[in-house]
Amino acid sequence: MSFDVPDDRNYLASHEWATTDEPIRIGISDFAQDELGDVVFVELPDEGDTIAHDEPFGVVESIKAVSDLHAPISGEVVTVNEALHDQPELVNEAPYGDGWLLEVEPSDESEFEELMDADEYEDQIA
Amino acid sequence: MATRRPPLYGVHEDRGAGFTDFGGWEMPVEFDSIRAEHTAVREAAGIFDVSHMGEIRVEGPDAETLMQRLTTNDVSSMDVGDAQYSCITDEDGIIQDDTMTYRLPGDEYLFVPNAGHDEAAEQRWVDYRDANDLDATVSNETAEWAMFAVQGPEAMGLAADAVEDIDAPLGAESDDIRDLSRFSATEATVAGADCLVARTGYTGEDGVEILCDADDAEAVWAAFDCQPCGLGSRDTLRMEQGLLLSGQDFHPEENPRTPFEAGVGFTVDLDTEFVGRDALAAQKEAGVEETFTGLVLQERGVARHGYDITHDGETVGEVTSGTMSPTLGDPIALGYLPTDLAEDGTEVAVVVRGTEKRAEVTTPPFIQ
Repeated sequence: MSFDVPDDRNYLASHEWATTDEPIRIGISDFAQDELGDVVFVELPDEGDTIAHDEPFGVVESIKAVSDLHAPISGEVVTVNEALHDQPELVNEAPYGDGWLLEVEPSDESEFEELMDADEYEDQIA
Repeated sequence: MATRRPPLYGVHEDRGAGFTDFGGWEMPVEFDSIRAEHTAVREAAGIFDVSHMGEIRVEGPDAETLMQRLTTNDVSSMDVGDAQYSCITDEDGIIQDDTMTYRLPGDEYLFVPNAGHDEAAEQRWVDYRDANDLDATVSNETAEWAMFAVQGPEAMGLAADAVEDIDAPLGAESDDIRDLSRFSATEATVAGADCLVARTGYTGEDGVEILCDADDAEAVWAAFDCQPCGLGSRDTLRMEQGLLLSGQDFHPEENPRTPFEAGVGFTVDLDTEFVGRDALAAQKEAGVEETFTGLVLQERGVARHGYDITHDGETVGEVTSGTMSPTLGDPIALGYLPTDLAEDGTEVAVVVRGTEKRAEVTTPPFIQ
């Protein structure tokens, strides 16, 4: 099975992505949503909270498993994807689109250097 | 211990199934999605490969006595073609496993222990037979059989199409498999293969469970044109019905429970002689301190195995099974509570990652 890995964003080893263009959005990869299966609940921080690179910031629950979400980059949460409250399945249906999790104001741009690009991430999940 | 694989492992792999280790077996957990498979079974039909279940044949003059002594239910009440749900208990009445027993023609029984329990069950039967000088042959045939479950409102229609011939009607009154009573089994031909077809299941839906020779597995599987389902949806379906999962909702060491505590007292016939009878008679007299029941969470979150259940801030129990119910759209859980709290409507809480989520005691099944 092959997974979608768009090259307009960068990836953390734990399968979260961050876009490179503003506003910086964070989500989980196609591979991650497939591993989790049917997502039923996403627990996210509030707007104004800060999240830290490679640290847990929330939880995604699927029918079969619970998994921590890790922040690709540090920063302040500007927007939370409220649509996931009623439609957590958007994470499965469009992990790079309507299933995004947070918009973040990054506090340390240099952290982008530590993320994998699409090719590197594709090798990781191959 | 080497991992065991069902006869159709390769067929499922080609179909794109994901696999999981369950009781030492590498079994399909998901073919498409748990939700899609779950919904298919509730609304139409699905087929499960449950070849991880054990098959042990007991035959001979003392076969009935041996079955009677080692299971809690009344085996002597079974007619040929009957299927009977029962518990296997130790001297203390603690459930070692739960099982389905089929009475076959002649002095013959087939019982179905859970995944990974077949060798222990075989040993238990052999040891008891030898210690009590009983005349019976005990054969562990797990590797020789495939087992499938076809479940859902359309399952009996599919079964009627697939069954070519009922060879020797046992529980069946007619040659139409749809006339087979619940908890009855019959020998039947499917895709040219000799099968044992029983009107039983683990989903709360109508349907059949089919046992066939491992060599015939592919043809029999292919005879049912419906959604293939993995162990993931099997688990969510049985949880919605409040059905026990051996090793998880009870476990001889980690969570020792009796049939009365586990809500399956109906499998215990105290008028028969069996291992654990005296302990269970005493418990029935005294009453149970804890009872298996269900919870519906009133807040967002998913309760899972091992999470604490609290009442007025005190830990009063532990979740043994929990999920988001695909049918209800609400998080549900199963577990043991002090009997006085195990009343419908009692407000308790489940601790989900450090946060108490309000929950209401609800006797399963969660769906009707």
